[in-house]
Amino acid sequence: MKYIDKIGWLNRTQGQSKGRFFDGASHTVLFTITLISASVLVAVAAFLILGSLQAFNVIGPVEMLFGDTWRPTSFHNPAFGMLPLMAGTFLVSFLASIIAIPIGLGCTIYLAEIAHPRIRAFLKPAIELLAGIPSVVYGLFAMLILQGWVAQLFGLQHGYVALNGGLILAVMMVPIMVSLAEDAISAVPLELREASYALGATRWETMRSVVLPAAMSGILAAIILSIMRAVGETMAVLMAFNQTPLPTLDPFSGVQTMTATIAIEMGEAAVGGLHYSALFAVGVMLFMITLVMNTVANRIMLRYSEAYR
Amino acid sequence: MSSIEVKHLNVWFDGKQALREVNMTIPEKGITAIIGPSGCGKSTFIRSINRMNDIIPSCRVEGRIMVDGKDLYGPEVDVTQVRKRIGMVFQRPNPFPKSIYENIAYAPRIHGTKDRKKLNEIVERSLRRAALWDEVKDRLDRSAYDLSGGQQQRLCIARALAICPEIVLFDEPCSALDPIATAKIEDLLVELKDEYTVVIVTHNMQQAARVADQTAFFYLGELIEFGDTAQLFERPENELTENYITGRMG
Repeated sequence: MKYIDKIGWLNRTQGQSKGRFFDGASHTVLFTITLISASVLVAVAAFLILGSLQAFNVIGPVEMLFGDTWRPTSFHNPAFGMLPLMAGTFLVSFLASIIAIPIGLGCTIYLAEIAHPRIRAFLKPAIELLAGIPSVVYGLFAMLILQGWVAQLFGLQHGYVALNGGLILAVMMVPIMVSLAEDAISAVPLELREASYALGATRWETMRSVVLPAAMSGILAAIILSIMRAVGETMAVLMAFNQTPLPTLDPFSGVQTMTATIAIEMGEAAVGGLHYSALFAVGVMLFMITLVMNTVANRIMLRYSEAYR
Repeated sequence: MSSIEVKHLNVWFDGKQALREVNMTIPEKGITAIIGPSGCGKSTFIRSINRMNDIIPSCRVEGRIMVDGKDLYGPEVDVTQVRKRIGMVFQRPNPFPKSIYENIAYAPRIHGTKDRKKLNEIVERSLRRAALWDEVKDRLDRSAYDLSGGQQQRLCIARALAICPEIVLFDEPCSALDPIATAKIEDLLVELKDEYTVVIVTHNMQQAARVADQTAFFYLGELIEFGDTAQLFERPENELTENYITGRMG
């Protein structure tokens, strides 16, 4: 230290110490902000778990998770089995996924590899714009128009069935998937494509054997994130079909999703009562599902960053 | 016969002319170096030979490039067949994010070789040819990214040789490599020239002088001078060439 002090040009100048103050201050401020955001996660988890303790204690975790009847408002014989709700969420998300994944991947490949750059420059923002439309608008469309189409197509009395929800969720999933997956494919370096073309590969062979494998983890992450969107969606689902908590996987039946259950029933449940607490338990389950899917997506993304450089 | 006859070659990008009336005949076998300052069209020229410029939508090519008496830009030519006969190695090593084995087996496979034994043979032969076999034979299933830069570039050479091209194009293959890796690639080039027609773009004049039999000097999209390497460097006919090789321009 003494040695350094002797050398004048190594000393701090006035301006620099001012800069150092701001460096330090901004560090503290930004750290605090980040800490607050992160602690919200802990707070939400604690809030849900604390709220759900009563239900888990009184009803028992096994009955809550695997009971096949959700009848919270019955005076004589209330039941709080979450199975119908989980089945509803699963059914609707599954229907949405099997519709949205092929369509989304098709759009992605077209946009990323086949479309003329000028067409892409127009289409991609247009599709991304779809991701920004409020879900209530999609719900309205499902309720007023899509429902009629579903009824007509499958000869039903009305179209307020799980399939209707699956369809509208699929419409909502595609833009997210396309946007993220297209980014992953575009991020594959041009040099890799050139290497493949220079070996006499066709565009399709290059796509299938070089570009898609290199972008695969990013594409998988895009799919998982869009499924999360379907699992977490409340409003559009609520408007798309009759909310009937049946433990069924029939796409032509009404079902009730976990998200919709909380939204519908929270208003009528007595604060502090068993029903109220059971809804918190549903929230805990949703939180767990999201957490698991998020972790899986992150793992995959991490692998993706190592796929090429 | 794998000489390359270039006739009246003109190339435009976005309407801007990148190559102007290039006429030259690159003889069979041996090494031909293309030199010139940045932006002189040397990369564009070499990428015209295997029609890599085709993948750039704004690019327009006029003129003829004849190999074996056939015009590569002819109406009935299948571009994948062109690239199968004319291999290419790029500036930066660009192995696929696959195993060493799969990097080599990729091209033979898409061209119809499915037999595992045959593929094994091709992989070994190509890696030997590119002087990489001894360094990687125990880890063929490891990622190509585990290799050093110079090894990766030799892997890319092996990959190009796996489909038995007659012509191999090198677009500044050593510009991202250290001197030792560069020397290895240069040795390899000299070994390859008995079997293949080698065309190499280089910004390094010493490299051209070291390895090339013929050298072509490009300037502002035109071929200025083309001749025997020793003669071009010692007694250039054109003043522009002389200015460039003596360092007064570039």
